Amino acid sequence: MAAIRLENLSKRYLIHHKRQLVAQRVWKRRQNVTEPFWALRDVSFAVKGGETVGIVGHNGAGKSTLLEIVAGTSSPTTGRVERSGKIAAMLEVGTGFHADLTGAENIHLNAALLGMSKTELQRKFDSIVEFSGIADFIDEPARTYSTGMLSRLGFAVAVHFEPEILILDEVLSVGDRAFLRQCAKEIDRLVNAGSLALVASHNLDVVAALCSRVIWLDHGRVKSDGPAGEILLGYADGGDLRNQRVLQPIKETVFGADE
Amino acid sequence: MLAFGSTHDILYALTSLTAKEFKVRYRNMSLGILWSLANPIIMMSVLTFVFTFVIRNDKQYFPLFLLMGILPYNFFCLAWTTGTTSIADNAVLVKKIPFPRELIPFAGVLANALHYLIQLGLLLLAAGIVIGPSPLWIWLPVIFVLQILFVSGLSLCSAALNVYFRDTRYVVESAALVLFWLVPIFYSFAEIEQMAEGYSFLRTVLSYNPLAATILCIRKILLYGELFEWDTLVKLATASLASVTIGLTYFRRVQRDFADYL
Repeated sequence: MAAIRLENLSKRYLIHHKRQLVAQRVWKRRQNVTEPFWALRDVSFAVKGGETVGIVGHNGAGKSTLLEIVAGTSSPTTGRVERSGKIAAMLEVGTGFHADLTGAENIHLNAALLGMSKTELQRKFDSIVEFSGIADFIDEPARTYSTGMLSRLGFAVAVHFEPEILILDEVLSVGDRAFLRQCAKEIDRLVNAGSLALVASHNLDVVAALCSRVIWLDHGRVKSDGPAGEILLGYADGGDLRNQRVLQPIKETVFGADE
Repeated sequence: MLAFGSTHDILYALTSLTAKEFKVRYRNMSLGILWSLANPIIMMSVLTFVFTFVIRNDKQYFPLFLLMGILPYNFFCLAWTTGTTSIADNAVLVKKIPFPRELIPFAGVLANALHYLIQLGLLLLAAGIVIGPSPLWIWLPVIFVLQILFVSGLSLCSAALNVYFRDTRYVVESAALVLFWLVPIFYSFAEIEQMAEGYSFLRTVLSYNPLAATILCIRKILLYGELFEWDTLVKLATASLASVTIGLTYFRRVQRDFADYL
């Protein structure tokens, strides 16, 4: 069963105000002027298989740092993170894609970096291309792709990996409605099969439509954690995004009714 | 395969990354991979000119003699510099995708090794026509693999250092420049040994230089049709295995905080 668990997790970055050359530091004994910045403070929560959890918060609240630590590309300063299950993380649109490689070549690169085996990819290749909806451009270099197309291709590879932990950082916001609907369906399918998903976004409609639970980060701390509707209403009222519309029935307004 | 403590299909990830590095280098150029042959041939021509007409020398098959120095040297330098900047160049992958990061410097080295392989193929063709093939050629793959291991280890160290100190790259580039004169490319080992009479320290340093050992082995096999001394091979193998072991150990120790410095 997929699960993640964070215990008293904190992350400190050093902000450099004045950087000195090594020569200046040794010769003139000038120190670098740095100031600690806590991107995350004492964050604890657990997510188990079957949950889709949204992460909301203002710019700089620590959403991306949190997801990077859960994904394992960044390490916590103090505290611990435990995860069980295979991870697919989309922390940015178009990562793992090289601009000069074609879509098809990029599928190979992406799948390999995710952790797919070669035979697994060969079996799923056609299905990935079909899911992405950009079959006509698959032999064009990725630099000719729009962000929407990159996001489609990245997501297509990620879900075909059948991850047990799916991490999405603001990557769905660039897709169109049809693609969002397709993504929501896949996320639901994975989660119903026992996976878990973490979705960070400023688009509260997307969060509301996908997630059953939401964690609100404020200046690196967990401000509240609970059922999606409740937290999002609180966030929309108290956050800076007053004019975000968080109304029911959201699923239909965001994704449109299933045809 | 090496235990990277991950469920990744390591071989597939490594070949995909290597293919990326290899394809991307000359993708948008009309002459493509021919460029990787142009550089050593130009260097060979210039050096042949200088050391034939300007400074006299009476070495047999001098252009081939040069190539047997230039090709291993070029590979070593390109692989080392590519490897050194590989982590910083692939910062996006390091920061955003969880996968064994050791693969990145290895891929940088291997992509250059593919170019080297093509160059060596042409060298073999030339040597086969001019001097004649020899059964000793079966030793070449061993030398080739040991050279890759040695430079991979160095690259793992310098790539990790380069994340914390971006100056590393310039140190490596300067070192490569100095190496050109310290490695017997346009002179031979015999000349070193004569010169180094009374400089036994210098001689010892040179005899432990794995790049020099590589060139020595290649020349013995291809040019003189002789087997290298076992002593040389043992030193080369020891240096290569030590390099890759130290490189991996150091890289793994410090890679935890890479994302914070990229």
